Order: sequence, then C-alpha cells, then structure tokens
Amino acid sequence: MVKNKSRRAAEIEHPSGDPRFNLVDRTLKRFQYQQDALIEVLHTAQEVFGFLEDDLLIYVARQLKLPLSWVYGVATFYHFFSLKPQGEHTCTVCMGTACYVKQAAEIVAMLQAEFGVAPGQTTADDKLSVATARCLGSCGLAPVIVIDSDVLGRQTADSTLAEIKARLSGQIRARQLEAASANDEVEEMEAETL
Amino acid sequence: MNRSDLQTLGERELAKQQSTGCRLLCCGSTPCLSSGGTAVQEVFKGILKENKDLKAELAVVSTGCMGPCSRGPLVRVQRQGEPDVIYEKVTPELAQEIFKKHVSGEDTNQAEANILPGDIPFFSKQKKVVLANSGLIDPERLEDYVAQGGYMALANALREMTPEEVCSEIIDSGLRGRGGAGYPSGLKWNLVRRAKTDKKYVVANGDEGDPGAYMDRTLMESDPHRVLEGMAIAGYAVGAEQGFIYVRGEYPIAAKRLEKAIRMAERRGLLGSRVMDTAFNFRIDIRIGAGAFVCGEETALMASIMGRRGQPIPRPPYPAQSGLWGYPTLINNVETFGSIAPIINNGAEWFAGIGTAKSRGTKIFALAGQVENTGLIEVPMGISLREIVFDIGGGVPNGHTFKAAQTGGPSGGCIPADYLDTPVDYDSLRELGSIMGSGGLVVMDDTTSMPDVAKYFMEFCMDESCGKCVPCRVGTVQLYRILERVTAGIATRNDLTIMEELCTMMQETSLCGLGQSAPNPLLSTLRYFRHEYEALIKDDLPLTSDRFALATSSVLPRQEVS
Repeated sequence: MVKNKSRRAAEIEHPSGDPRFNLVDRTLKRFQYQQDALIEVLHTAQEVFGFLEDDLLIYVARQLKLPLSWVYGVATFYHFFSLKPQGEHTCTVCMGTACYVKQAAEIVAMLQAEFGVAPGQTTADDKLSVATARCLGSCGLAPVIVIDSDVLGRQTADSTLAEIKARLSGQIRARQLEAASANDEVEEMEAETL
Repeated sequence: MNRSDLQTLGERELAKQQSTGCRLLCCGSTPCLSSGGTAVQEVFKGILKENKDLKAELAVVSTGCMGPCSRGPLVRVQRQGEPDVIYEKVTPELAQEIFKKHVSGEDTNQAEANILPGDIPFFSKQKKVVLANSGLIDPERLEDYVAQGGYMALANALREMTPEEVCSEIIDSGLRGRGGAGYPSGLKWNLVRRAKTDKKYVVANGDEGDPGAYMDRTLMESDPHRVLEGMAIAGYAVGAEQGFIYVRGEYPIAAKRLEKAIRMAERRGLLGSRVMDTAFNFRIDIRIGAGAFVCGEETALMASIMGRRGQPIPRPPYPAQSGLWGYPTLINNVETFGSIAPIINNGAEWFAGIGTAKSRGTKIFALAGQVENTGLIEVPMGISLREIVFDIGGGVPNGHTFKAAQTGGPSGGCIPADYLDTPVDYDSLRELGSIMGSGGLVVMDDTTSMPDVAKYFMEFCMDESCGKCVPCRVGTVQLYRILERVTAGIATRNDLTIMEELCTMMQETSLCGLGQSAPNPLLSTLRYFRHEYEALIKDDLPLTSDRFALATSSVLPRQEVS
C-alpha cells in the first residue's frame, strides 16, 4: 500500500520540478484529493504562483481527476481568481456604495488618465495592476484603496497618485508585510507560553 | 473541559483582569488599524517592553471594533473603580500623553480634547447584545471570552436542555434570520432537527457581499468565539456533527481569527469530539469564498462549499431538506448565530422583550456614506430611521441635507426623507419597497443623483449575475442599458415604461434572490424620486448618432475577468 502511494506521487509530480508545486501538493494532500476541495486548492495555487496559468489548471484538474472544463469553469466564475499575471504592484479601488457616494470613481478615472490602465488591466511594463473591489468592508473610511495589501482610507485622487508614485519608485515598502511578520513572531511566542 | 472547569477558567481570568490596575484597550479592527492604530499600539507595547516592572499593573489589549470607526484610532482606558475613558483619533504622541496621565499619574491635560464622552447619543441610543463583547475583549484569546461568560450557554444547553427544548427556546424568542429575508430561525432549526438522516450540517453564512455592509466581518473579527458557540448550540439542537463557516475571500483577518479561535476551542475541548465531556461531537471548518456576490444565496453558497461554481438551484427542496451533499443543512447568517448564546443565557422572554411585536431583538447596522459618525451600531428593532441617522449618526455633514437612506444593498431600496419616522423592522421596510438586508445603511445627501445610484446598483447586479437564468442575466443588462441612456439624457418616456415592465418580469421569473431583488433599487428610486428621472427625459429627441449607437450596441463592453 505504502509502496503504491509513493509510486503514485512519483508519477504525478509536475515534470518541471518547480518547487512551488510542492506547496500545491501539500494542500491537495491536506484535503485528501477530494474533488470538493477545488476552490481551496485554487486559492493555494494562486497564492503561490500569483495567478492561475493554463499549465497550473491542467495540473490541478489531473490531480483531482476533474475535467479541465470544470476547473476552468470554477476558476473563471469567481472574481478572486486571476488567469493573467499581475503587475509588481497592485492598486485596488473599492467601489462599494459608501466609497461610490464619496467619489471613488474619480480615483479610477485618475488611474486611467495617469497610467492608461482600466480596472482589470496591467501596465505594459508589468509594474502596476489596477482593480476594483465590490466592498472591502471598511466603509467608515470611504473611499478606500488597497495598495499591495495595505488598506488606505479617506483617499483622494491626488493622495492615491502620490502613494502609487512612491511605491513605484521603491520609496515605500509594503507596510503590511513587516507588520505581519512581526505579528507572527508574537504569535509564536504566545504559542510557546501556552 | 467541563462546566466547572470553564467557570474556574473564567473566574481566574476575571480576577487577573481586575487585579491589573490599568488596562489600555486599543481598537484592532481594520478601519482603526488603517488609520494609524498600529503605530499607537506599538507605542504602548514599547512602553511595556521598556518598563518590565509595570507588567503587573498595566495591560495593553488589542480588541475588536468599538463602533465609531470614523473617529479612529480609538483607545479605551479601563481603571479599577473609575469609569472608562475613550479617546478618539489617537496619534502616537497622544498615546504617550495617555500613558502619562493614566498610568504614571502625571498631571497633564493634553489629551483632554480627544476624549469621546460616553453619554453621547452614539452610545446611549444603542443596545449591545450581539456586539456586547466587541471592543472589550481580545478576540484572539479564548480566556477573554470565557471571562465574559462565554461558552456558558453551550455548557448549559448540553447539560440541562434537550435539542427539542433548545429549538423551542429559539422559536419563543422570535429570532428571525439576520441575513435579510427574516425567516423565523427557530422554525428552520426544527425542520432540520426533525429530518431523519445519519448526517446533517450547520453552515454559517459569512459571505457578506452587499457593498456598504460590514457587520458580519466585524462580528467575526471582534468576537469569533461567539459565532462558534452559536454554531455549536445549533449543531446540538439539530443533531449535526459538522459545521462550516463560509467567509468572504476579502476578509483575510476574519478567517485568520476564526481559524485560531477554532484551534483554541478544540484544544480546550469546547469543540471537536466529546464537547465538554458529553457525547456530543462538533467540528467546524472554514471555507474561504472567492469573490462572488451570488454566493450569499444559500444554494449557491452550498455549491461553493462543495467546490463548484456558485450557481443557485431552484427551491424546493430547501437546504433544510436537502443541502450539502444531499443532507439536511441548517444555514444561518453569522449574526443570527451571534444572537444564540445571549438567548440561551438570558431566556427567550428577555430577547422577545426587545424590539417590536414582529421583529424581536436587536440589529447591527453598518452606518456609512454622508453622515457625521460612520461606524458600526447595534440598535433595538423598531427604532426610527431619524434616530439612527440624526442622533446616532450625528446628521449629514458639510451643511448638506438628508436625501435618502439606502438599506439592503443591491437588493434593497432607498428610503426618502418623508419616511424618516418609520420604525426600522423587517415589515415596515418591506412596505417601503426596501428590505432590512444584512444591515448596510448608506446615507445619501442632496448631491447624490438617484438615477445614478440606480445605475450603480444595476451595474453591480449585471456583473454579479451568475448567468444561469435568463430573466436575471438578460434583464440586468437591458435595464442597465436603459439606465445608461437615462443618465446620459437621451432616454424617452417610453423607456421608463419598459423599465417598469422589465422590473416586474424579473421579480416574478428569476430563479434566485439576486434576480428577484435586483430591480428593487431601481423601483424604489422610481417610486420616490420619479421627478429626477423625468427631468432627464426628453420626449422629442431626434435620433442622433450618439443615441443610435447606444441604442443599438448589442453587447456592452464589460470588465475583463481580473
């Protein structure tokens, strides 16, 4: 039995040998290759690879023994999954009701005028992706934008532009990342004390 | 862990908190953190690190949402024997001052201007039941929740009540589903309980897709254990051993905190197998959504949990008869589960005493838009809209006047100023052509154009329509195109008639709630603000090339899948 399992794993390992596939495999194993776990697997795949390229979808489909059309159907149904590579920086403008009545559309128009990208597009030099979100649930701070997973509230077209330019020129590193790693340390300490 | 262990744990934690001279509670929810709350917390933590001897008398706690989000970052100072003091708009410099004043005991009044009085209408008109712990406990610590009497309801239900008694308690309380439709929760529980199958499921709907609503997110982030406890009680009452929480993909913090909460509760034996040393087993798993509004619809949500495209299926059979993998499934909103523990603790009569005859209890609203105090509020049902907007919300800022309040998101409608005195409950709002919805309340002032708002919501529904049934898929596109003509000033009177006919058709023939309620914002603005539409209409308009192009374009350029 054990032998069979290891042979199976050897057979289906991705031929490219890309170590990132190991992370996808880990999620597949955690859910015991259940077909119902497709969305969870796609979440991991997107987290690891940044977007869902065709090759990746084929790999997931074969691992879960699902038709490729099924996997593709799910991946395109949900807004969260992206089939195209994202830029180095992403700027998501919230277009929820509260942000909308507080002129979030002006920010989108500015991005289009300044960088020539509409929501859902990436600049030609792959530096900046622009997206809109339905509601980020921070309506008290409307209008809200998210740049590289930092939530910034009470934005105007000008402040957004300044922030993006600073990021593009590398002056500001993503704050969230630093905070997150600090948090993890604290958590580990807490876990030890428990 | 059994009931007496739980009590001991709670008492020990409470004693520890009371022996701490001063507790600095910093709001750690997303709005406060993104307006500079992280830096404030770091100041306090830095002070604590430098002065190790302070550890016995000073505690810095990162809590959940305190409510008035527009005034963040918020810090609440708790000192034994003194009333709490809340500071608004705290900066790192101010944090130092707060420390000097309350901990070192120095005589400085620099922070005085930022004190938020506890008796302003924003606080005094609210009644916190579901959010009782929010802003007072550290959501990442199980002990904090237990110190506030957490998991006691589960312990009592398991020890002293039969599943049938739990269900009848919920029926007697008059609790109605907080997700929007307002179906009596107890009846749903009873349906699932009576089903005779070997497997059943409990699902918490945390896919809060309405733009302008963030009650569920806050509840999951600020008090995750309350949701888990409610689900466990539901599991006991209906006979399920497995629960799922479906969290929106946009809420990573909520998912993280819930995951941690589940882990801690399992470690203490409050979830998992043999809950509190009884024969009851209950596991909870998290499912992360992937950004589809339609997944808030219960059948679509179940499809998504099963890893499929989130497309609804016709009902009946209802999920209570045939849900996840064909087994009876109890689906309730996160906020509904949040109301369960207080009902079991205080009794059905107590809960039924709050609110109006047909809508009992309290409701959380996310107050946003053109209003002075935006934030999260919990009010008794039946409170007037005027009290919410003008007393709690502090009115419309910048000298503008109130025009309308939008409730229920894309499925709801706009309530004009004439109806400000209607009580806010399920039935009154429905009469006005809106719905309670999950609790988003966006205030609009006189600068907002109503046809534009209707167009905004129609675009939302057009984009989010899953495409399964024709009335919704095509109807939303057609309505959006007419609304585009209206706002561009090139629509005719005939267009208004066509819109109304289309709306009725969609309401009557769509498969699920999304399509049936998508016309609501349009219909309610047509009902109350028809003059705005008519002002944009020209009857004798020549067929210009612009208008011709708009009228004949077969498919609208849509956003690419991102």
